[in-house]
Amino acid sequence: MASVEDYVARIEETCGEERDFIIIFKYDKKEEAIKKILKKAKIEKSISTIIFELTFKNVSFRLYGTGKAIFRNLKDRGELQRVLIDLLL
Amino acid sequence: MFDPYKIREDFPILKRRINNHPLIYFDNAATSQKPKQVIEAVKNFYENHNANVHRAVHTLSQEASELYEKAHEEVASFINANGMEEIVFLRGTTEAINLVAYAWGLRNLKKGDEVVVSLMEHHSNMVPWEILSKISEFNIEYVDVNDDGTLNYEAFEDIVSNKTKIVCVSHVSNFSGVINDVKRVARVAHEHGALTIIDGAQSVPHLPVNVRDLDVDFLAFSGHKMLGPTGIGVLFGKREILEEMEPFQGGGEMIREVSFDTVTRRCSITWNDLPWKFEAGTPDVCGGVGLMEAVKYLRRIGMENVKAHECGLTEYAMQRMLECQKVRIYGPKDASVKCGIIPFNVEGLSSHDVALFLDNYGIMTRSGFHCAQPLHEMFKLKSSARVSFYVYNTREEVDRFIEVLKEIERV
Repeated sequence: MASVEDYVARIEETCGEERDFIIIFKYDKKEEAIKKILKKAKIEKSISTIIFELTFKNVSFRLYGTGKAIFRNLKDRGELQRVLIDLLL
Repeated sequence: MFDPYKIREDFPILKRRINNHPLIYFDNAATSQKPKQVIEAVKNFYENHNANVHRAVHTLSQEASELYEKAHEEVASFINANGMEEIVFLRGTTEAINLVAYAWGLRNLKKGDEVVVSLMEHHSNMVPWEILSKISEFNIEYVDVNDDGTLNYEAFEDIVSNKTKIVCVSHVSNFSGVINDVKRVARVAHEHGALTIIDGAQSVPHLPVNVRDLDVDFLAFSGHKMLGPTGIGVLFGKREILEEMEPFQGGGEMIREVSFDTVTRRCSITWNDLPWKFEAGTPDVCGGVGLMEAVKYLRRIGMENVKAHECGLTEYAMQRMLECQKVRIYGPKDASVKCGIIPFNVEGLSSHDVALFLDNYGIMTRSGFHCAQPLHEMFKLKSSARVSFYVYNTREEVDRFIEVLKEIERV
């Protein structure tokens, strides 16, 4: 059965007052992850195919063509996990 | 003649492409890249000389010991210490400061004493003193920083008193790159009978440092920020102070003799000579060898040249960043009072967004608090992005960075 871990290589919790989460997708899975996310989330803004400003279930995040995403204003890792499950699985 | 383009040829990693763009490495305050001479020295050590140091009679151990001792001598000469007895190899700046806190502080600081710490310190020069103050119950007095990020010397001179036992100040701020007048700091501290511990993590790699001229008591710095391997760092301490200090950790290299008394049923222990007294266990011999090569490399370039190059690059970058309407730079506007570090933010974007955007174009920068949260709070910053330069960075790289920064502004 597929899991979030199939797509995500690492999750970095940033330092700074903004407790953002940076998701780094696995190199060989990033295209698939990006495709899935773009299918489910609403694109608010995009700069060619490099950066996408997205919203999904009231969560705003930014997705980078390099296979990274930055999620803001999430309560904790649990909430992040739930969002990732909904987006990727 | 100083030639960054020639220097770049020594750094294999700079040939890499990241996200289909040439790598631009602007995160040198976090760690530096390594020249092939250092990589080769590390490889050569493991291929030809690897053995544990000291006390073995075999040839390989003799060779390893000789290299390891030479590394201490090279570092001593680099910062103009009196000899290798004043050079302790540790894991890095953090461990070096912790050594002073625990080996010196635990025995010399008591209730009623004061430790003076600047607010621009890296957490590594704050947290050990905070931890220790809970044990020894001394006070910590923090020195304010001016609006431009420079140390408030008037406040510092007001705070230092006869109660002050040690003053903890960084030579160069890892947030703003401001160069502190540590000679003045040491003079004031000594007038009150206090010692000084200087965090040299951002100064020793970037400018000429002469410990005898500065008259500091302790200086801590890391090998990995000055072209050397990770896991090796240095504590300089004045010989007479190190001699009086008890060891930090026990075991291995730091012991001369452990003898068991059958009557008292206790061990009596004699410490090894300096600097080994503070290097418990098997040291990072190969790290020392790599650091020696890094120091030799920097000496061939000349530290005055390193400083001039970074200062020029910083001035150029700051000037060009002013072209960006939404970019706000922190710290002094005069590049000559700082080393090659520029903290900044882009209006409307978090520092992490900026760093991710730059990463998209192969430009490596840092974002967050840079282990200087109190200073960020003082400046009312949620976080900041930071570019930091070294010997292999060029104006063309700065130009590319500005191009991308302008693109970020358009987002």
